[in-house]
Amino acid sequence: MKVLRAPFIVRGATHPAYHKEATAGRPIEPLPPPPILQVPMLQHLGAPSKPIVQKGDKVSVGQLIAEAGGPVSACAHSPVSGVVKAITEGISATGRPTPVIEIENDGQNTPANLLQSRPDWTSEQPSTLIGLVAAAGIVGMGGAGFPTHVKINPPPAKKIDTLIINGAECEPYLTADHRLMVEQPQTIWQGIRILRHILRGPRIRVAIEDNKPDAIRALTDAMKEADDEVAIVVLPTAYPMGAEKQLIYSILGREVPSGGLPSDVGALVENVATCAAVFDAVVHGRPLTHRVVTVSGSLVQRPANVLAPIGARFSDLIAFCGGLRATGGKLICGGPMMGVAHVDASTPVGKTVSGILALSRRELAFYETHPCIACGRCVRACPMALLPCTISIAVEAKQFDEAERLHVMDCIECGCCAYVCPAHRPMVQFMRQGKAQIQMVRRLKLQQQTSSPTALKP
Amino acid sequence: MPDVEPQPWILSPSPHIHEGSSVRGLMRDVLIALLPAVLAAALRHGFDAFRLILVCASSCVLAEMAARFLMRRSLAIGDLSALVTGLLLALNLPPLLPSWMAALGSFVAIIIAKQLFGGLGYNIFNPALAGRVFLLISFPVAMTTWALPDAVTTATPLSAWKTAWAAGAPPPAFGETWPLRDLFLGIRNGGLGSLGEISEAAILLGGLYLLARRVIDWEIPLFFIGTVAILSGIFHWIDPTRNLSPLYHLATGGLFLGAFFMATDLVTTPVTRTGQILFALGCGVLTFVIRRFGGYPEGVSFAILIMNGAAPLLDRYTVPRPYGHRRTSKP
Repeated sequence: MKVLRAPFIVRGATHPAYHKEATAGRPIEPLPPPPILQVPMLQHLGAPSKPIVQKGDKVSVGQLIAEAGGPVSACAHSPVSGVVKAITEGISATGRPTPVIEIENDGQNTPANLLQSRPDWTSEQPSTLIGLVAAAGIVGMGGAGFPTHVKINPPPAKKIDTLIINGAECEPYLTADHRLMVEQPQTIWQGIRILRHILRGPRIRVAIEDNKPDAIRALTDAMKEADDEVAIVVLPTAYPMGAEKQLIYSILGREVPSGGLPSDVGALVENVATCAAVFDAVVHGRPLTHRVVTVSGSLVQRPANVLAPIGARFSDLIAFCGGLRATGGKLICGGPMMGVAHVDASTPVGKTVSGILALSRRELAFYETHPCIACGRCVRACPMALLPCTISIAVEAKQFDEAERLHVMDCIECGCCAYVCPAHRPMVQFMRQGKAQIQMVRRLKLQQQTSSPTALKP
Repeated sequence: MPDVEPQPWILSPSPHIHEGSSVRGLMRDVLIALLPAVLAAALRHGFDAFRLILVCASSCVLAEMAARFLMRRSLAIGDLSALVTGLLLALNLPPLLPSWMAALGSFVAIIIAKQLFGGLGYNIFNPALAGRVFLLISFPVAMTTWALPDAVTTATPLSAWKTAWAAGAPPPAFGETWPLRDLFLGIRNGGLGSLGEISEAAILLGGLYLLARRVIDWEIPLFFIGTVAILSGIFHWIDPTRNLSPLYHLATGGLFLGAFFMATDLVTTPVTRTGQILFALGCGVLTFVIRRFGGYPEGVSFAILIMNGAAPLLDRYTVPRPYGHRRTSKP
């Protein structure tokens, strides 16, 4: 096992105030399961899960309550025992409407039969283990929520030579992954070994920002017996170091082609929490029903890292952290750079929720917008090497062709441009607007191409 | 169940935080950075320095308000940019210039070069330089009458050299009249030129402040000054009797003021890094060519204005290769 510095320097990036001190030293605290849980069916990329329970059904801890809704989807399990009260509409962590399974917790903690497990996984076929990962409902826990069993099963033509484990956690305030690395390095490392076995032995690069020396120490210790193809890569602290494309570049010097996937350059990125979930599933047969959530922000009485059951509502976690000092401001799911603002604290925690922030107006940015002064700060900050200012002006003028020519579709919406813009222009909104418009035009063109030959026939 | 949300939360898209910079903050930093130069001008010329600064600053602010009022736009002087233009214009004027000319130049700078283009952010040319060049072309004598504090008019090293060169005479020996140190610090006989050209040391101090505050980047000043130094160095090396030493090129005239405060204007320069470097190289080459071969002894203003016009093109031809793309896309 080696400890390396990141060999390639990521372009652009910013250094927001990290505010991690509020929770970085606080051990993970389990949240007592609340009386009512709402397990969202949309907590991953892809099709929503399909409920397989009905109103009035009794469920037990870890019982399968929804199955995958398609090839790119994930199943869901009950984190508590109790009764299904309703299958109703709720809000997902990304702010979209989603069906939710509402469960009344009976407090009995009646366990369901465990899932299949393979404590002796070293002698198993990768396909068997991928099946266990799928059955546990594991999705990427870093934020995007791509179903893990799909990700670790790339087409055979795509040879994965490097498995990157993402422990960067570059968003301000969040310390969920940090605490997990400090407290459960063995679980993470065993999960990494399982993933490595499934992917037929790629090199391992565990990437951690240098502002988490205790996490680096803990994992170095847990991994000290590993071979030389395993390394911890210490990243410079910058935002967005943990974004998939930037992470791959900083470690391998490879650029994921525009519109492509990491597997196109032989890389695969998994979050540290996902690795821990893989270990729990494969070795213990435990489905993904809990996750660590950082509850922070100056409005929270007692910021903490909480091990929350999936389906607990934001308000449950906030109440567990002593409630709010004051109201107003924003309630953000995720980090302050890319997180989603919510109007309603009754939103349930999903598998991708790494943080719940209650930020006061003073911590937030509210500005009037000024015309672009062409200072070029966004150009220097953009980690994708785009020209955000020029694109934003094109979108503002509804010149979407120009925006497309300037590669707006490659924007990762990290928010660096808006963060540094002295004119306080809503840069990310311009980018999103441009992307949405271009996608719509592309869809229309595609429809015309497929329908016009017949439509034109007399 | 404790009620944790009696008041609705604000809903708006990410990012939710900002580094805290603002147009007003940038402009305020430029004003602060100009203080050493203002001080040098005031020490040198006293009343005339204050007179020109006051006239230009107030005319610019008034012109901005008037123009925006007439165009039925918000009276956006809160961004301090008109004040910056006024101060920069004053620093680009000779100390004895009549006040009405300074006011006229301010109106041209703000109304024609800035507001008619749409205001801050839309102007193509540096307003202060447009005002200065307008005055230079309209009132060539008043704009090239340089004075020492006792109101005795004098040549500057650049104009003395140009006069001698035009007459085919050997260049004057500067070493005794104008020691380099005096020119750089702006003391004794060396405190010459426009109000902002007096002390290169003062400009440099302000420039370093702008760099430290990250209001400007180092590329433009370095490549601008570097290009002039290298070109004049080559010529001086080839024929020292007919070419001014590069040290004089740096220590006199408006090169430092231009390189740190005018060519770094955010609005009128390219946004890409490569574009900014090419812009600065162009400024350097043009400055040297005008100084060495042109009719005017000084070329910094013209050089920057010409390159301002080229900035949109420079941006267009220096679009960086985005992550994940091969370098093929045409501008």
